[in-house]
Amino acid sequence: MAKATFEVPVLSQYPDVPAVTPGTMAGSAPFLSKPDFQAPLGFPGELVENWQERAIEKMGELLTRYRSLRVYLDACVKCGACTDKCHYFLGTKDPKNMPVGRQDLMRKVYRRYFTPAGRLFPNLVGAQDLTREVLDEWYSYFHQCSQCRRCSVFCPYGIDTAEISMAAREIMDCIGVGQKYCNEIIGKVYKVGNNLGLPGPALIDTLEGLEEDVFDDTGVHVRYPIDQVGAEILMVTPSADFFAEPHVDGLIGYGKVFHEAGVSWTFSSYASEAANFGMFIGSYENMRRISQRIREEAIRLKVKRIVFGECGHAWRVGYSFLNTLAGPWDFLDPRYPVPQHICEFTHDLILQGRLTFDKGQNDDKVLTYHDSCNVARASRMGDTPGGQFEIPRAIIRATCNHFYDMDEETIRDRTFCCGGGGGLLTDDLIELRVKGAKPRMEALNNVMQEKGVTHMAAICAICKSQFTKVLPFYGMEMDQIVSLHQLVSNAIVLTPGADDGDEDEDDDDATDSAPTPGDEDEDAAD
Amino acid sequence: MPFLTGLYAFLFYFAALVLVFGLTYKVVQYSRTPAPLKIPTTPAPTTGTGVVLRMTREVVLFESLFRGNKWTWIFGWLFHFGLFLVTLRHLRYFFNPVPAVIEFIQPFGIYAGFAMVVGLVGLWARRFLVDRVRYISRPADHLMLALLLLIAASGLLMSFLLHTDIVSVKTFFLGLYHFDLRPLPADPVLLLHLAMVAVLMIIFPYSKLLHAPGLFFSPTRNQVDDPRERRLLAPWASRLERP
Ligand code: HEM
Ligand code: SF4
Ligand code: SF4
Repeated sequence: MAKATFEVPVLSQYPDVPAVTPGTMAGSAPFLSKPDFQAPLGFPGELVENWQERAIEKMGELLTRYRSLRVYLDACVKCGACTDKCHYFLGTKDPKNMPVGRQDLMRKVYRRYFTPAGRLFPNLVGAQDLTREVLDEWYSYFHQCSQCRRCSVFCPYGIDTAEISMAAREIMDCIGVGQKYCNEIIGKVYKVGNNLGLPGPALIDTLEGLEEDVFDDTGVHVRYPIDQVGAEILMVTPSADFFAEPHVDGLIGYGKVFHEAGVSWTFSSYASEAANFGMFIGSYENMRRISQRIREEAIRLKVKRIVFGECGHAWRVGYSFLNTLAGPWDFLDPRYPVPQHICEFTHDLILQGRLTFDKGQNDDKVLTYHDSCNVARASRMGDTPGGQFEIPRAIIRATCNHFYDMDEETIRDRTFCCGGGGGLLTDDLIELRVKGAKPRMEALNNVMQEKGVTHMAAICAICKSQFTKVLPFYGMEMDQIVSLHQLVSNAIVLTPGADDGDEDEDDDDATDSAPTPGDEDEDAAD
Repeated sequence: MPFLTGLYAFLFYFAALVLVFGLTYKVVQYSRTPAPLKIPTTPAPTTGTGVVLRMTREVVLFESLFRGNKWTWIFGWLFHFGLFLVTLRHLRYFFNPVPAVIEFIQPFGIYAGFAMVVGLVGLWARRFLVDRVRYISRPADHLMLALLLLIAASGLLMSFLLHTDIVSVKTFFLGLYHFDLRPLPADPVLLLHLAMVAVLMIIFPYSKLLHAPGLFFSPTRNQVDDPRERRLLAPWASRLERP
């Protein structure tokens, strides 16, 4: 069991709603950003002098930009339906982690400055000035929301606390109070091309190494191309896929699927990152700028299709926002949606009978599946609503003999966040991450006990990194979390190409030296 | 003209103006504020018809609340359905002749009044009994329930015990249409009932009662799930497209 300096929640068999315990997480806050990390994003380096005025002004601007924010700040009736839905409340007992408790941190300021009732009767309606204490509270609790949208499922008006967290983070960024983890990473994307700061040559080396490994393993030449002009498909994947376990096993799987499909495809070293942390910080401008890289590369590499790898929030940005942020995509092949998810791609091939699997290869595992929030509640796969639940499960069933779902209350659109989403996957928030994982760990533990489940598959780089880190806190093994396409990779029966079978003629040994990206791997994950 | 009649006439003119203009202002504000990104809570309908159905289920059945909390749903639905029938029933004071439908629902309207009270009491009890709901309740939340309960209770009191001269009440309200002030009966219960209704009308556009129009403008509920097929671009965002 991993050592903790805080109390790790005890898992119970039945989900229980804790008694409200104010202030348990009041001290939780991520590291502040530094001027160097703020500047590339267009934000002031440190708290500006007239911050209060600037913050209210920014809030006013966002109220005219986002209908969601305006309506949601007005509409809440305090019915309480959302109060027991947030994994952070369930794991920490802190009432400011109840979705409505979190919203109220902004609502009280909204009421004070933007509504007649709050100007005239602040105490009656719970309105409050934006003081330094309130700002600190914002920084703390708006960084205890993984923007998972579970609350929006149950709210009678669909109030989505994620919208409010995003707005709060943008307001804070605009007065110079940024979060280090997210903003530093966005800077790396601008400078190097991906969250991990992996430069092009390192990616090329890594991919060459993978080709060798796969060949040694299977005797088939599977290609992992990068920057190939004229390829049919541009593959955009979270950068964790390039090297970290279990992510890279999924990436190996993508290549094998493309190999079987017989299409040409390529990664891009410039757009070598599907993740888009611009969403986490609620900045439309940054989210757009990050998305534009994909457009530029699609044009430069003259591809006809775009496929996204396994990444939850990237898929939200890809599926729901990419057309808005970087479209229109009229120069791509109109027969395919833009972008496509790798699961949609693989699933189509399965339906067409073009993939052969030896399911026995996964017989050492009994699987369950974790629906990642952004895939489950903020996007779709396939043609029908809910395809995002059915397609990944269909792939697991096609590739594994043993699969059991977790409790219905904790999957599909009611899925619990892994605890590390929304820009919180950083060591300075480890207590929050461990506690926030409790509801998911509970459901997992129950299927482990009842069905003998050994592994949980996921299609999100954040989920995978988060589970790798927190499973040991709950007495489980870090490698119990696997990539979905790792299962595909294990079971797929490869067709030898024309150049396979004869002796391998290009005997290069460049691959031993694939660079290790050092200590980055923790906060790296997309 | 007795003082009371004048006062109440003024009150209702004022309340009606505040309600109509306040609500119009909010609705215009909501509809003019763009929703720049596709954010429906999925799985979401992929067609406009689907969205109309989803919204109808939310408005009529409180579908999401049903999934969220059964007790709140039962009490909330009883209260709102009761309120809906009671409001319809009250239309007889405002139309001459009374439309057949309104005539028809009169008997149900009475039971609806009790449903309202049961619902409100249940909702209020939750504000004391459930620690999470207690934590999020502000004085305004309690006062709102007290106000509605007072309206419902005074109404039922007049229906069953302290009958008032409803013919005069109707004459008073019909008279307001033509600025023709007719005497209002000076029963304390009636005066309380009417004053509270006027207060409700006045606070409607400035309080959480905005949930009623708000629901229709909620992007997580009213958007079609078709972002890959149709490009959404808000006016302010399209300005970023120009280099
Ligand atoms: C489109 C019409 C409406 C819809 C769909 C709607 C829906 C809801 C829902 C789902 C709730 C949460 C559950 C509950 O606490 O009851 C609620 C609460 C409430 N509604 Fe409505 N409502 C509508 C119109 C109205 C109107 C016209 C009024 C009052 C005059 C009203 C007064 C209230 C009050 C006071 C609450 C809070 C109850 C509490 O404190 O627990 N609603 N509404
Ligand atoms: S979006 Fe998720 S993390 Fe944020 S308040 Fe809602 S349930 Fe909690
Ligand atoms: S469910 Fe919605 S309306 Fe009810 S308290 Fe939560 S945010 Fe407010």
